[in-house]
Amino acid sequence: MRVELRNITKRFGPVVANKGVNLTIEPGQVLGLLGENGAGKSTLMNVLCGLYSPNEGEIQIDGQSVRFAGPGEAIRAGIGMVHQHFMLVPVFTVAENVILGIEPVGRFDHLDLTTARSEVSRLSAEYGLAVDPDAIIETLPVGIQQRVEIIKVLFREADVLILDEPTAVLTPQEVDEFFQIVRSLCEAGKAIVFITHKLNEILDISDRIAVIRRGEIVGTGDPKKLARPDLAEMMVGHPVDFDVARAPFVPGDVILGIQDLTVLRDDGAVAVDDISFQVRSGEVVGIAGVQGNGQSALIEALAGLRRVVSGQVRFDGTDITQASPRERHRLGIAHIPEDRQRAGLIGTFTVAENMVLDSYYAPPYSAGTSIDWGRVHTDAAAVAEQYDVRTPSVHTSAAHLSGGNQQKLVVARELSRDTRFVIAGQPTRGLDVGSIAFIHERLMAARDEGDGLLIVSSELDEIMALSDRILVMFKGRIVAEYAPHDAPVDKGDIGLAMAGARV
Amino acid sequence: MSDMTDHATKGRLLGRSKVEDLVIVPLFALVAALILGAVVMVATGVDLATIGRSYVALLQGSVGSVNAISETLTAALPLVLAGLGLALGFRAGLFNIGAEGQVVMGGLAAVVAGVALGDLPAVIALPGAILAGAVTGAFYAGIAGWLRAATGAHEVISTIMLNLISYRLLDYLLRTPLIQKEGRADPISKSVPEVAELPRLLTFLDPNLRLHAGIFLTLAMVALAYWLLFRSKLGFEFRASGENAVAARFAGMNASLTIVLAMAIAGALAGIAGANQTLGVLGRATPGFSAGIGFDAIAVALLGRSHPVGVLFAGVLFGALEAGGRQMQVDAGVSIDLIGIIQSLIIVFIAAPLLVKALFPWGFRRDQTKEGGS
Ligand SMILES: Nc1ncnc2c1ncn2[C@@H]1O[C@H](COP(=O)(O)OP(=O)(O)OP(=O)(O)O)[C@@H](O)[C@H]1O
Ligand SMILES: [Mg+2]
Repeated sequence: MRVELRNITKRFGPVVANKGVNLTIEPGQVLGLLGENGAGKSTLMNVLCGLYSPNEGEIQIDGQSVRFAGPGEAIRAGIGMVHQHFMLVPVFTVAENVILGIEPVGRFDHLDLTTARSEVSRLSAEYGLAVDPDAIIETLPVGIQQRVEIIKVLFREADVLILDEPTAVLTPQEVDEFFQIVRSLCEAGKAIVFITHKLNEILDISDRIAVIRRGEIVGTGDPKKLARPDLAEMMVGHPVDFDVARAPFVPGDVILGIQDLTVLRDDGAVAVDDISFQVRSGEVVGIAGVQGNGQSALIEALAGLRRVVSGQVRFDGTDITQASPRERHRLGIAHIPEDRQRAGLIGTFTVAENMVLDSYYAPPYSAGTSIDWGRVHTDAAAVAEQYDVRTPSVHTSAAHLSGGNQQKLVVARELSRDTRFVIAGQPTRGLDVGSIAFIHERLMAARDEGDGLLIVSSELDEIMALSDRILVMFKGRIVAEYAPHDAPVDKGDIGLAMAGARV
Repeated sequence: MSDMTDHATKGRLLGRSKVEDLVIVPLFALVAALILGAVVMVATGVDLATIGRSYVALLQGSVGSVNAISETLTAALPLVLAGLGLALGFRAGLFNIGAEGQVVMGGLAAVVAGVALGDLPAVIALPGAILAGAVTGAFYAGIAGWLRAATGAHEVISTIMLNLISYRLLDYLLRTPLIQKEGRADPISKSVPEVAELPRLLTFLDPNLRLHAGIFLTLAMVALAYWLLFRSKLGFEFRASGENAVAARFAGMNASLTIVLAMAIAGALAGIAGANQTLGVLGRATPGFSAGIGFDAIAVALLGRSHPVGVLFAGVLFGALEAGGRQMQVDAGVSIDLIGIIQSLIIVFIAAPLLVKALFPWGFRRDQTKEGGS
């Protein structure tokens, strides 16, 4: 099935998200879609999958013009999308999630799960997905949950699969497995549209690349003839510097001291198992590790959001083990949460409101009982400008920003005030190369001003680029430590430690 | 920076979509409900002439004369007051069903305080009595808030129970010597002394006009609620917790405190609504004096989209339906229940804006951005 987008224009009020886009999607091929944050990739794909109707232009399937009134019609026509934020019911099984919305019913309105279960098993075997139809979603790792989303689309017999930033939440191994799945889908004749900000991934998997900038397609190309710098330049319109510039390492006194810290998960299992380490001012400590090895619980405990079972956290010499999040905020501890949608932002609030979400309570934003909204709006506009948060105005709801710009908003809020310590969970998730470079620069600036930084990231490259010291977490413990300034660090070694092999 | 910054969204406070939400949808909902109400009357054998007469009566009884307007406003005041409290709770993510009980307790406390302060001048007695109503309502609602914050007991359940308790407590207290009117065997409170009464405002026109000084109190509370919700730190915390409790917690807001304060303020406003009735309209407390105000106020708060100004208009609309409904019954002999049906229909239509938009497509800007997903 060949799909053609012809002259698509999509506006949101004054914002033109897509401008006269022409794009062809060929069966049996992977089309890589690349573009800056806010370029209009998700919007374009939402038009294709029937979620938005375009203001101008049309969609053609095998030469026939079609109109979708909703995602239901698009999927019936064979076009399905896996959204960046999964839409699964956590307490349902895989099979139940897959049939959600098109439940097959037998006699007496009896829900027929048997066929669904065997169909899930069949699809799973056919494309090498290895998904158990009876597993409960919330017990599955993110990588598998994503496969469930893919099965959902396949179950509805889609011939075109749109994958919006599917690899942003995957570990490197999961990415490899994921690419194999994508290849087997292609061999079966499916057309794939793949959105990512990772240039090496797009070069690796795509058969054709389209670059979109400010809503317009600015070029298409053959991945075999393109290199990373070319793509980056096409995307942003000027050359991009990939290397993080860093001043010499001049560590100061210990600012954060963690002693014998134990923290539990929500279900009572041990998440952080009796760990101790220190961070000095002017030092970046990076925590590497496969997701789910206690990093999230560690960050939350340090931010005052998760109870410490035993052990102590000292900040600048004082015990803050029991301090509230607000008290820590007052001490100058910034926290970039891992999950921007759930914990970092309030979607229905404006950009300005989100910008002061944790600093509204004190001068200059409030005196006495009321908030000085005039001041909030001017400052928010300045910070948004400084951090290149692309928004029509500070009065726009955060939910209307593109994914990457939401992330930039959270980072901007946390880094734009006077900090002494920065806890950053996946600080550049979903950002384009230019924005990543900028955020890295800001993090380095905080370090050079004498802040301590603790960075958790599933991107090993990011950890290696930023850290003065690298700790590897595995099953709640620190299993390895590296000091790049003393001896060069081998990526393979870290990978082994992350997988639990003793080094 | 992107060139998009130049297009600042204009007229943010009342953009086109806000107007649609707050004005046009309710207006069409009213029209649809009246039409459906007529259909119900036809179905129950009422002839067309009577239906016509009853809607004329509805109009006359609500806005057709000075007396009608006075009655509409008198009925609207407690609904607006209690509705404001509920709206604040809704914004904070609390589904407080307990306004009725808070009205009862606040109204009774205002009577008791008014009687106790009866020898003092009005400048002390009246504010004192109102304050007693507010504090008692706040305390009574605070119980449910505290239960939620400390034990996780859901406020829907606990406030429903507190409503039931308040009815029995009222019956009991009305027979205690401190409260019961001297020389009476039935449950009825002492009368509110004149110094603690909310004075009537229009008696110079006609001694029967019941509109009283509670209207100033109500307008002040609308302004206060607006300020609280959109200008104060506390309101920011309420709204944040209501929209995304996880993000609010991550931002350092104290969830338990927010819950208790939101409930207490909601209870204070419902308590003032009760005081408004006992001090301004009834002059005493009797069993069932709350007359379901706390329940109607839920509808008012929802109809007003939990916005203080919306609540004001919704309360006036409900007051008008109540005053007009009485006239409808007198003039056309249509059952008062029909008014109840129309009120409920309005709520149903408001709750389903898409239905209203589908019924009256020409009233709305064409929806070009279908919101999908989450
Ligand atoms: N529902 C909406 N209402 C208003 N504006 C929107 C809406 N959705 C997207 N936009 C705007 O359209 C533009 C394109 O957004 P889109 O989400 O398509 O970007 P993207 O290329 O997917 O970016 P990212 O890489 O950050 O996810 C942005 O300026 C965004 O603010
Ligand atoms: Mg996107």
